[in-house]
Amino acid sequence: MTSSAVTLSALRFAWPGAAQPCLEVPDFRLAAGERLFLHGPSGSGKTTLLSLIAGVLSPSAGRVQVLDTDLGTLSGRRRDRFRAEHIGIVFQQFNLIPYLSAADNIALPCRFSPARAQRAGDVAAAVRRLAGHLDLSSELLARPAAELSVGQQQRVAAARALIGAPALVIADEPTSSLDAARQDAFLALLLAECTSVGASLLFVSHDLRLAGRFDRCAELAELNRAAEVTA
Amino acid sequence: MRLPLWHLTLASIRNRGLATVLTVIAIALSVALLLGVERLRNDARASFANSVSGTDLIVGARGGPVSLLLYSVFHIGDATQDVSAARIEALRTHKDVAWLVPLSLGDSHRGYRVVGTTADFFAHVQTGDRQPLRFTAGRAFDGVFEAVIGAEVADALGYAPGAKIVLSHGAGDFAAAEHADKPFTVTGVLARTGTPIDRSVLVSLAAIEAIHLDWQGGSRIPGVEIPPQFVQKFDLSPKRVTAALIGLERRSAVFRLQREINTSPGEPLMAILPGVTLDELWRIVGGVERALLAVSAFVVAVGLAGLVATVVSSLSARRRELAILRALGAGPGDVFMLLLLESVLLALAGSGLGVLVLWALSAGLSPWLMAQHGVQLVPRLITPNELMWLAAVLGAAVLASLVPALRAYRYSLADGMTVRL
Repeated sequence: MTSSAVTLSALRFAWPGAAQPCLEVPDFRLAAGERLFLHGPSGSGKTTLLSLIAGVLSPSAGRVQVLDTDLGTLSGRRRDRFRAEHIGIVFQQFNLIPYLSAADNIALPCRFSPARAQRAGDVAAAVRRLAGHLDLSSELLARPAAELSVGQQQRVAAARALIGAPALVIADEPTSSLDAARQDAFLALLLAECTSVGASLLFVSHDLRLAGRFDRCAELAELNRAAEVTA
Repeated sequence: MRLPLWHLTLASIRNRGLATVLTVIAIALSVALLLGVERLRNDARASFANSVSGTDLIVGARGGPVSLLLYSVFHIGDATQDVSAARIEALRTHKDVAWLVPLSLGDSHRGYRVVGTTADFFAHVQTGDRQPLRFTAGRAFDGVFEAVIGAEVADALGYAPGAKIVLSHGAGDFAAAEHADKPFTVTGVLARTGTPIDRSVLVSLAAIEAIHLDWQGGSRIPGVEIPPQFVQKFDLSPKRVTAALIGLERRSAVFRLQREINTSPGEPLMAILPGVTLDELWRIVGGVERALLAVSAFVVAVGLAGLVATVVSSLSARRRELAILRALGAGPGDVFMLLLLESVLLALAGSGLGVLVLWALSAGLSPWLMAQHGVQLVPRLITPNELMWLAAVLGAAVLASLVPALRAYRYSLADGMTVRL
């Protein structure tokens, strides 16, 4: 068990060609097993921050440590492998691959990570087990993602993030397109699943009504010292 | 259940159904055209080479070697001059000559050439891989008004031994007047050879003399009519022939005899080596063949450009999908391979379909090509030579596929987990 899920130190990021950085985070820490609600208005750089933590983008300066691993010391290929092994991501709009079946969507992270596939054991059985927890029938699992309802898609997205028990789950405004009742149901599901696999949760949203369900709440504007913030 | 990359690729291809089908069809048609041109070229050459197997020299009136080969063996064009039959017959006694078959051309039957010759034709002329001629029905001609027909003539006109036929004066479009007063009886049908013999009506040299007894200068002599039963009263030995096929005792004597014939005094003759003259013919038409191949190659290039255009144009719509894959742990290399595999699979499917299309077309068109142009197109799936062409097409497809793959690679590096449009 690591003591810290995410540590950011003197982080600075600017998009190529941009004169000003869009993110400057001197210090940030997400403890292992902690469930953090990070909020900020649209365009404040939330997705960019998550891309940096996931190792998809590299910082212009500073350090990103995930599960005690400095992502800056990893090659691009090893960063991709690290992300596949240790991080589960739930997107805004859920972002399933529309032409793959629900089962294939859930199993997708195991395609890019042998370690995660190993942790999942029998991947097909792990898919069925997660689907069972999330009330997804085997008939639904066989259907293309594009044919699922919004509620079904959100459960498939949660299962995809949780398969293979990643140590860190990142959720990027996953409830923004849901009505209040569905928001509550999805959030309860996500929190319960993270607790059951012992994953840390970094939940990003602009909807402050959800903040009370988390261990801690932080505002990006407080963390980000960049003079101009752009997404 | 670890999803292999090709599973993702196939699912992605299936997802874009219509564009995929159209792209595959475009590639298939271009591949079928390229391989078809190559196959037609090779089969035409093989078909021509098969027609002259076993013949060492062809002798005719002096002129162009290619022209002599074309009119004497392939029945393409007409001889501008014939030669003295006595001069030709004199060659039969030459010490190097094993056999000699004279040919007299100029008449036809319903569009098929009539070849006046001797019974030696059936004994010595070989086709294909030195295969002797074989009768599927009946026998060689014996009487004056008897004829042997090729397999194509028999099939097309429904003739069998015993059928009565009338020859026309002249050949091709110029055949007008008929030798209706002297009908022939079909006595034999030759087995199919894949050569112009299949489209020939063979009669004796005496028959050619007999039907022209009451003709002069290409038209009937007014008021003169010699009934068939009286022709034997005339001298039917040939005076002039068009050409002769010669087989030698020893192949090593071929150049010496050729030189001897070409430089002999008296009526000017020309002897040609069929193989050498065929090579000359291929050199003449080689430019056209290369041009055809180049056009086909350009069509393939257009097909592959269509493939690249389809995949590239889909990229913008797929940037979100690529970003999702990246977030799930796919490296830029995975994204690159995904797009590369997708294009290569489409090219493979197109090439495979192209081979099948060509096979179906060659099976369907083969009889027509044979009948109309005398070219035997053998229906077959693919030859080792065509496999090389196919490999070249796939190699080009891989190179072309680098364009969308590299573009996707760059997108996946630049976009991160979000799509910045």
